[in-house]
Amino acid sequence: MASNSALMGFVHRRRRGAELFLLVLALVVGIGAYAAVGLGVDGEVPTNLIGYGGWLTILVVAAHVAVRIVAPYADPVLLPVVAALNGLGLAVIHRLDLAKDTALASQQLTWMTLGVVLFVGTLIILPDHRLLARFTYTSGLTAIVLLILPMLPGIGRTINGAKIWIALGPFSFQPGEVAKVLLVITFAGYLVVHRDALALAGRRVVFIDLPRGRDLGPILMMWAVSLGILVLQRDLGSSLLFFGLFLVMLYVATERPGWLVVGGLLFFGGATAAFKLFSHVQSRVDIWLDPFADPDGSGYQLVQALYGFAWGGMVGRGLGEGMPEKVPYAESDFILAAIGEELGLTAVMAILLLYGLVVERALRAALISRDGFGKLVATGLAAVFALQIFVVIGGVTRLIPLTGLTTPFLSYGGSSLVANWVIIAILLRISDQARRPLPDLTEAEDDPDEQATQIVKVVPS
Amino acid sequence: MNKPIRAVSIFCMFLFLALMANVTYLQFFRSDDYNTDPRNARVAAAAFSRERGLIQVGDNAIARSEPVDDQYKYLRVYPQKELYAPVTGYLQLGSQTGIERSQNKVLSGEDPRLFVNRLVDLLKGDTNQGGNVSLTLNPKAQRAAYRALRDTVGPDGEGSVVAIEPKTGRILAMVSFPTYDPNQLASHDRETRENAYDRLDSNKHQPLLNRAIQTRLFPGSTFKVVTAAAAIDAGVYDQDSQVPSGATWQAPGTSGSHNVIDNEGRSGCSPTTISFAAAMENSCNTAFAKMAVKVGPEKLRDTAEAFGFNTDYLQDLGPQAQSVFPKSVVDTIDGKQQDPRELNDAETARSGFGQFSVQATPLQMAMVVSAIANRGGLMKPYLVDEIQTASFDVLETTEPEKLRDAIKPQTAAALTDLLVSTVDDGTASPAAIDGVSVAGKTGTAQRGVEGKPPYGWFVSFAPAQNAQVAVAVMIQEAPGKEIAGGQLGGPIAKAVMEAVLNK
Repeated sequence: MASNSALMGFVHRRRRGAELFLLVLALVVGIGAYAAVGLGVDGEVPTNLIGYGGWLTILVVAAHVAVRIVAPYADPVLLPVVAALNGLGLAVIHRLDLAKDTALASQQLTWMTLGVVLFVGTLIILPDHRLLARFTYTSGLTAIVLLILPMLPGIGRTINGAKIWIALGPFSFQPGEVAKVLLVITFAGYLVVHRDALALAGRRVVFIDLPRGRDLGPILMMWAVSLGILVLQRDLGSSLLFFGLFLVMLYVATERPGWLVVGGLLFFGGATAAFKLFSHVQSRVDIWLDPFADPDGSGYQLVQALYGFAWGGMVGRGLGEGMPEKVPYAESDFILAAIGEELGLTAVMAILLLYGLVVERALRAALISRDGFGKLVATGLAAVFALQIFVVIGGVTRLIPLTGLTTPFLSYGGSSLVANWVIIAILLRISDQARRPLPDLTEAEDDPDEQATQIVKVVPS
Repeated sequence: MNKPIRAVSIFCMFLFLALMANVTYLQFFRSDDYNTDPRNARVAAAAFSRERGLIQVGDNAIARSEPVDDQYKYLRVYPQKELYAPVTGYLQLGSQTGIERSQNKVLSGEDPRLFVNRLVDLLKGDTNQGGNVSLTLNPKAQRAAYRALRDTVGPDGEGSVVAIEPKTGRILAMVSFPTYDPNQLASHDRETRENAYDRLDSNKHQPLLNRAIQTRLFPGSTFKVVTAAAAIDAGVYDQDSQVPSGATWQAPGTSGSHNVIDNEGRSGCSPTTISFAAAMENSCNTAFAKMAVKVGPEKLRDTAEAFGFNTDYLQDLGPQAQSVFPKSVVDTIDGKQQDPRELNDAETARSGFGQFSVQATPLQMAMVVSAIANRGGLMKPYLVDEIQTASFDVLETTEPEKLRDAIKPQTAAALTDLLVSTVDDGTASPAAIDGVSVAGKTGTAQRGVEGKPPYGWFVSFAPAQNAQVAVAVMIQEAPGKEIAGGQLGGPIAKAVMEAVLNK
């Protein structure tokens, strides 16, 4: 495919100007929403609008300049989309701050700053995504260590029944969010090396070609360990996420749909077992089936979220005109209920479309990527994103049972926000590599010795 | 690897489509269900945070919404405090009582009659304003009734006054004592609100009760008006008849001194037969007991029900206690309930002067005299005069509605004469007004508990031949005062009638 496009003389345009234009729109959304919150709640434009808007603009422009310099061919849509989501999330968190007398928005802005710094940093220190393939096993090991950390006495913290936090001094941190990215790298790095062996060598059982144990074993182990840890930590959402992620990547690497069948069966088996074994799984399912059975007790959060969504209707009550603070944890997992109440179905649809665009752009990068590792990483990150959105938004809108996960870029939460900015940086790097024109071959054409050899960009050391 | 990546893309697309479909279902198709769910705090809070319409009496607002700087934006204020509390009720987050409750849709702006205004508000970008409710109450009569009752029964007393315009059924005054300050109950401060409610709710005098429509007691001698109406209407007697009386009467079919009906010392009743007028003037228990037996329980019940007993008739305020004339009696023999039977003579006799199981609310007794004053025509009582938009355009005016002709016009005329002579020459004289012919009747009802003072009643209307006001006064408790209907109730009724007649 790459050679085809080269033959046809097709070169991707950089489109940095388009990105800048879209970023201005994203800033209008973010800063406009912030001003609207002030107008809606206090009847006046927030006094710190200039400072806030200025800071948001600086962050966004810094990210744009970094992309322009170090990843000029990167996808022009991704950054504006996440900037808009992040800006809107900040405004809604600020709205909830005003209702609940908290100051989470300014903390979130700090986290966003760190996120953008890491975004720029990732783009700079990672001139080529294939560098990551070197850390296949290191990152896998790090992921497992990170997942175990919350279970260690002293630094582990249990918040709302899930042991997924660690405390470092005044900061608390969800290592699972980082582990998510590391596991994508591990799976991609392993699968890209072993994909032929996994796909071809092996025995046929019934209708599926099972690979040899020595090929699949290490990665299966790693997967099982991380999944086991999450189950022990009662982190249902992340367990589901990691399972789905592994399945998708295995399917893409081996190109064998049979894995999906096996995975699907395993999922139902696992889900049934979890339902039978764990009371908290049963209670989640009960709440999902009938949240109104105990509307003031176990079903309270979901019932309030449903009321909130319904109260918003088509166009919402307007920022400051609803009661989103009625929903517990409206600023984190349930932020979409707050948006649905005050901005309506219209805004929820727009947000779903923005998320859809992120996934689509990531998968597009995977399609045009010239190397298997890049394809796998991009697909993996897209799958993580899509599954996370589905699990959390499906949960708060009562499509599926509720499992705790943050809404990327919108929810309050530093670990999630920072990790997602890094994910976007990696996706931009992959798309930059994929869209970058191939090195010029014309000089080599006269030399017959060179003709049989395709020029491949060397991984920098 | 591109083929599986495309498959993954399609899978992700379906995930997003599922989310979009579900959110659309939730926010568009199901939203009405959730938005009308009474458990939804948003529904109540939204109504509570709106500028509600006024409740007006004459040109004065007795309930209005004042802008305040808190989360609910408007505070409900009742400038007259206690005076109108039993009528207006009070507004709280998610609940209301009184007119606030019965007219909630108008006051909150949700009533379909306000639809056009809502639309205009929406187009102008204004917030939805509630409509106003104008009441039939006469502020002078209401104040006169409240003050007279409060001063008569004292701070620990209990009672009620109702005044009706006989020709229309407009309620001119509705007082219940003791009462409460609705401002405290409508406070946005939770502690103030809950403390006030707990204090009122635990008060043994039940200030939250609207006695005018919720308390039913033996009407006692005021019920003799109904017995007389039944007798004249059925042609058993006319107003010039001589009726059997006597100092005492052993109720038929009974024995023992506690079944002896006497006249509590009124010697005018002692002759074997006396004139109908004398029986009414002296409020003779023996005469009316004998009259009731002669008329029979069926006719007595028919007449009572024609006046409104055993039915509901007030729509503007609730809950309303039905006044009772017993439909039947259920005996218990050896612990077993027998089939219902008609009242026997002894029971009918006691019913004839408002005892046994007869019970009436002050509103009911006001309606009895109001129907007599209106030539027998019983008008449906009402409190809501007009429904208006927020800018005082009248949307609907309540038309007076005749429920039925309770008695014949000639019966009403005869009764009026009897009741006028009861004021002029009889027990109801405290209600007499100079230059106005007043019709009235006292009542003193034994509550059937040994050692407890009786209830005092007074019913009247004036001017007798062209009545503009009919009044019922009920005194449930008046510590330290001798309750003998006419002495306490008469002056209160007089004050109310004077207020209406501008005397």
